[in-house]
Amino acid sequence: MNIVVIDYGLGNIKSIKNAFEALGVEVILSREKEAILNADGVVLPGVGAFSHGMNNLIEYGLDDIIREYVITDKPLLGICLGMQMMMEESEEFGITKGLGLIKGRVIKIPVHQTKKIKLPHISWNEIKVKSVDWEDTILEDVPKDSNMYFVHTFIAKPYYKDNILSVTEYENVEFCSSVKKDNIYGCQFHPEKSASMGLGIIKNFIKICKKLK
Amino acid sequence: MNKTRIIARVDVKNEYVIKGIHLEGLRKVGDPNEMAKQYFQDGVDEIIFMDAVAAYYDRNSLTHIIERACKDVFVPITVGGGIRKITDIQIALNAGADKTAINTKAVQAPSFIKEASEVFGSQCIVSSIDALKIGPDKWEVYIDNGREPTGLDVIEWAQKVEELGAGEIMLTSIDKEGTKKGFDIELNQRVSEVVSIPIISSGGAGKGKDVANVIDKTDIDAVAIASLFHYKIETVKSLKEFLVNERKIQVRL
Repeated sequence: MNIVVIDYGLGNIKSIKNAFEALGVEVILSREKEAILNADGVVLPGVGAFSHGMNNLIEYGLDDIIREYVITDKPLLGICLGMQMMMEESEEFGITKGLGLIKGRVIKIPVHQTKKIKLPHISWNEIKVKSVDWEDTILEDVPKDSNMYFVHTFIAKPYYKDNILSVTEYENVEFCSSVKKDNIYGCQFHPEKSASMGLGIIKNFIKICKKLK
Repeated sequence: MNKTRIIARVDVKNEYVIKGIHLEGLRKVGDPNEMAKQYFQDGVDEIIFMDAVAAYYDRNSLTHIIERACKDVFVPITVGGGIRKITDIQIALNAGADKTAINTKAVQAPSFIKEASEVFGSQCIVSSIDALKIGPDKWEVYIDNGREPTGLDVIEWAQKVEELGAGEIMLTSIDKEGTKKGFDIELNQRVSEVVSIPIISSGGAGKGKDVANVIDKTDIDAVAIASLFHYKIETVKSLKEFLVNERKIQVRL
């Protein structure tokens, strides 16, 4: 098994590495084209601003490498900003283009911010089934309404319902909390920080990588 | 309904977890990695490690403790104490931390919060505010782990750090800290009225009821707990069960 976590200077990649290692899988932290294209599975992490993330990807030529990797149909897992960057564009600090792997945009959580309704959304929150069956996905066997750890102000809004793997509700706003398109997966929450339920998702991702190897 | 986060606060000095009263008179209570692992297994939502003497001695020594903790703790980890440069934050994040808590340096140079949140994102930056009550409805900001008064008003400072880009506030009542006499409800409510970023309430939890009260009576988002867990008055699990079953408070079980 050969899993690469893309190291582009953003995000808590050590935690992702630790999570895979706790499940008995070594990962490589890399931004090298060869390592990424030869991987059985790739993780795109990320926290912080969308434009900052995209700029770093572009600077290292990783945008094209990721698109090339995806054509091979091997599994990709985006986490938090990593998932958001899979979309076509984001409205964070003006419009910034994303990787365009999944049709849709990234928008600010449409709540009216008051002293009681807070942003960022930093909380454990439930993931729920929307229209896509979780079987054979990274959410397989994850109990419905499991709590995951979220920390974000923006959300991905996929154009096609079929790409919405789970939804979550924050202050009466339902948003897409994970995406799926073929073997491309993304989680708005942090599975590597979501205790045993989160590690279960990473375990499923490893299983999918093994199966497609 | 949002779930209130139950956070274990682990203050560290020279490799040991310590606990004092009013941030003073520190006593050794255990090994930070063992305790963090136990709290994780018991279902804690986050862990905050604070270097209790870092600001005082001008250093930060938690890195290897964080590295070890991140191998068996899979919930968010915050590191605080002695964060005074952008590279200190980078080192903490590289060690596996998700967020850093900043107090002294923010007061000395408020632009540090702005710079740090621009570089790492607001979600990485917790503004740690140590508050001492100095009059009716008035609290003063203290730095250097509760040793130095600053002349700053807590309510104004909380608004200022939000404006500068802090993603959360950890609000510690020095008056209540370590006393196990309950939270400073008034302080927590006043600060949560003036900011719209999440607030972690710290200082004073002596029993489950204290935790329930600060959650019920104020608009805080998380509670940081030390003594209650360190002295095994409650486990994370027993506390959460009490909050859910007895007080109908939403927490992650």
